Amino acid sequence: MTPLDYTLAELKQQLSARTLSATELTDAVFARIAATDGTVQAFLTLNEEQARAEAHRYDDKYVQGEGLGALAGIPAGIKDNIITEGLRTTCASRFLDNFVPVHDAFVSRKLKEAGVITAGKLNMDEFAMGGSNENSAYQVTRNPWDVERVPGGSSGGSAAAVAAGQVPFSLGSDTGGSIRQPASYCGIVGLKPTYGLISRFGLVAFASSLDQIGPLTRTVEDSAHVLQAIAGHDTMDSTSANVDIPDYAAALQGDVRGLRIGVPKEYMSEGVDPKVKQAVLDALQTFESLGATWEEVSLPHTEYAVAAYYLLASSEASSNLSRFDGVRYGVRAENPDNLIDLYFKSRSEGFGSEVKRRIMLGTYALSSGYYDAYYLKAQKVRTLIKQDFDQAFQKYDLLIGPTAPTTAFKIGEQINNPLQMYMNDILTIPVSLAGVPAISVPCGMADGLPVGLQIIGKPFDESAVLRAAHLFEQATEHHKLRPQL
Amino acid sequence: MPSTTFETVIGLEVHVELHTNSKIFCGCSTSFGAPPNTHTCPICLGHPGVLPVLNKQAVEYAMKAAMALNCEIADISKFDRKNYFYPDSPKAYQISQYDQPIGRNGWIDIEVDGKTKRITIDRLHLEEDAGKLTHMEGGFGSLVDFNRVGTPLVEIVSNPDIRSAQEAEAYMQKLRAIMQYCDVSDVKMEEGSLRCDVNISLRPVGQEEYGTKTELKNMNSFRGVVRGTEYEVERQTDILEDGGTIVQETRRWDESQGRTLSMRSKEEAHDYRYFPDPDLVTLHIDEEWKERVRATIPELPDARKARYASEFGLSSYDADVLTSSKKLADLLEESLNYTKDAKAVANWIMGDLLGYLNQNSKEIDDVMLNGQNLGEMIGLIEKGTISNKIAKTVFKEMLESGKAPQAIVEEKGLVQISDEGAIRGIVEQIVAANPQSVEDYRAGKERAIGFLVGQVMRETKGKANPTLVNELLVDVLKQA
Repeated sequence: MTPLDYTLAELKQQLSARTLSATELTDAVFARIAATDGTVQAFLTLNEEQARAEAHRYDDKYVQGEGLGALAGIPAGIKDNIITEGLRTTCASRFLDNFVPVHDAFVSRKLKEAGVITAGKLNMDEFAMGGSNENSAYQVTRNPWDVERVPGGSSGGSAAAVAAGQVPFSLGSDTGGSIRQPASYCGIVGLKPTYGLISRFGLVAFASSLDQIGPLTRTVEDSAHVLQAIAGHDTMDSTSANVDIPDYAAALQGDVRGLRIGVPKEYMSEGVDPKVKQAVLDALQTFESLGATWEEVSLPHTEYAVAAYYLLASSEASSNLSRFDGVRYGVRAENPDNLIDLYFKSRSEGFGSEVKRRIMLGTYALSSGYYDAYYLKAQKVRTLIKQDFDQAFQKYDLLIGPTAPTTAFKIGEQINNPLQMYMNDILTIPVSLAGVPAISVPCGMADGLPVGLQIIGKPFDESAVLRAAHLFEQATEHHKLRPQL
Repeated sequence: MPSTTFETVIGLEVHVELHTNSKIFCGCSTSFGAPPNTHTCPICLGHPGVLPVLNKQAVEYAMKAAMALNCEIADISKFDRKNYFYPDSPKAYQISQYDQPIGRNGWIDIEVDGKTKRITIDRLHLEEDAGKLTHMEGGFGSLVDFNRVGTPLVEIVSNPDIRSAQEAEAYMQKLRAIMQYCDVSDVKMEEGSLRCDVNISLRPVGQEEYGTKTELKNMNSFRGVVRGTEYEVERQTDILEDGGTIVQETRRWDESQGRTLSMRSKEEAHDYRYFPDPDLVTLHIDEEWKERVRATIPELPDARKARYASEFGLSSYDADVLTSSKKLADLLEESLNYTKDAKAVANWIMGDLLGYLNQNSKEIDDVMLNGQNLGEMIGLIEKGTISNKIAKTVFKEMLESGKAPQAIVEEKGLVQISDEGAIRGIVEQIVAANPQSVEDYRAGKERAIGFLVGQVMRETKGKANPTLVNELLVDVLKQA
């Protein structure tokens, strides 16, 4: 057993007892990255020198017995669309190849306050647009369970790094499934909190009304610890909710006896791989054995979710990504003829094809004459989808289904078929549109690849989601499986 | 073919910068005149990952302005993104308000040629200002200053109720005065805190349907508004009279050439792709908040004007001029703490003060005059300490030095000689020294007395009380 097999609680305990030093832990992290990242290709930028210096500093503090943050001396990886002061942040785009932020994101600062050491920045689909990491301008991250397969996306680097044991945890962002789907493909735990629970300040916006940061971890308990460190009101984000933050680790205690679970029948339909469906049914049986009850429920507007999502998210993206114009930062095209040419060339050269596709889609949807038919209609659909969830939650405490219809697919298999690629998010997108919290936890294997179980909760009821996921994890062995690298 | 008479139809879009301490969505200062790009931060520079947070003061100023323009205040308002690429816009969208502005359906009254006319206002909305571009000579490139980006603005859109360049100017003047009274903006056209776009079209008299309009963009002086509008009306009239059609386009007023030039036609117009800004939350304005803001609105120009007529007996014209600027009106009222003669104060302000400012191209802030000094100076005239003529010297000195009138009078020895004995002696000397004039006077030439008065004044360096000089001259001449 290496330090990289410990949970966060165990690491903290060992660091406090000084049976493990932050330096040893950090050394182990970079040794593991050196040994595996040639294959996995999760990291875009390493923060090695700075991380080792910080580890020394934390060791001194542990020796002096100073009061330290909850995660002091523990290294982590951060998705490359979360800005980090002085550390290059590219969003896996050529456009920001040279971009070094002058300040931290809210979550980057919160992690520092908790004592977390930033090991480096993790690969993703460019500007978080994609579900396979094949849209990164730099590299295709590999799934540690099968390096011929994608890790999922867009937080593919964040998921693969944790699954490969490179870092104890990472941060990702989820707009339509970008934490949960890669967590599912890589056999780890990924939490998308309620929209507004975690400040978006410093998260490079893809779709502002949907984007939410969350932890990717190996256990549910770890997820609770990381969530504790980054949740909370932020006056710099107008959409940040001013709610009381419970003790998430304490909330794991208890049981699920009498818990009412709804299983959306639309999430168990024909499009879902039978082996995935079976793993979910097995999981439901586990919940039953723990004292919960479940029954089928309908979320009738599910079939419209993907269409509404691609209109809304792309509309917002088309505006959010306009600031990348080559004028103030990032890459500027050489020798433009004039201003329009500067914009045209910088954006043509700077953005990859999927980003361009979504900018065009969003621009179209917002254009005068089309706005009502596309953007406005999609907003109405979003309201209906939210109502589906509101109604279901009147009867059920949690909703459970698969995270993704399939397990990880092969690299190159879907890249030329955007619509097929978009359907991978069919079970995560409705949750994002509703803004409610959901977690993906490992619930079995299908043909040697992990299957993820999605547990969906009421707004700001992360406690219930984490507790159910934790009890399921305690009752099963899935999370203990490790890929062979 | 009988020639058609055309009616001018004008609507104004006026931008007023709100003088909040900080910008509308970040904490940067809004003060004017700082070195380029020193009042900036990652938020107003549109760096990746930053988010706007609404400045509450800006909302309250906008509410105050809207209330002063008799607008209905929205219960629910929101912000939208106006998307366009230009280097003065770091995010490539401006945060503005599209379909739920803070204020709607307002009006103000203007006065042109002694007639009052009501101009209705469609809407007032809150938005952020853009940066400022400077194009380098020789086409080397353009420089951008982001100090101004994110300064809160209100845009006030009038209905097409205006019928002439004079009405347009009167409307602008009135808007400026109201904003000044509300203390929400510096409203200085030369610094860009007050700007306007003028929409102009013509239609045959009697026709209900509007003609095709052109828009004059970014007018930054009252003179420009008048001249540009007049030019555009003439240009359109010529085209229509020649049987041509107006092209819907955006034009700009070139002050040096004295004409308007085409900027872009309707075909090139932007599709701004407005949509609700997902980074900001809906603004809920309840009655309690509205009342709190309403309570901060001071007496506005129209109310003051009415009071000046009834309380001080000033003419409608005088009251209009004096209330057109809050500073003039405040000066008048302050002066009246020291003298009761409102008419005299009004005359000094409208005559000597405005004349001085005009002649020297100065603003009221550039002179040192205050109400106490003006009131006391008028007191000195009333008491006969100084003559009206000497008062003009004192007044100029007060404008330039800010000294009290009594001090100026003493310092310069300007006290009027009202000592009858002293003046009688001088009068007798002058009469004795000018026998010809005395003869002329006796021969009935009334003018001769004017010459003699002048001689006495000259002898006393203008300090002799002129009324007394006149009386004594008549007296001495009778005796001689």
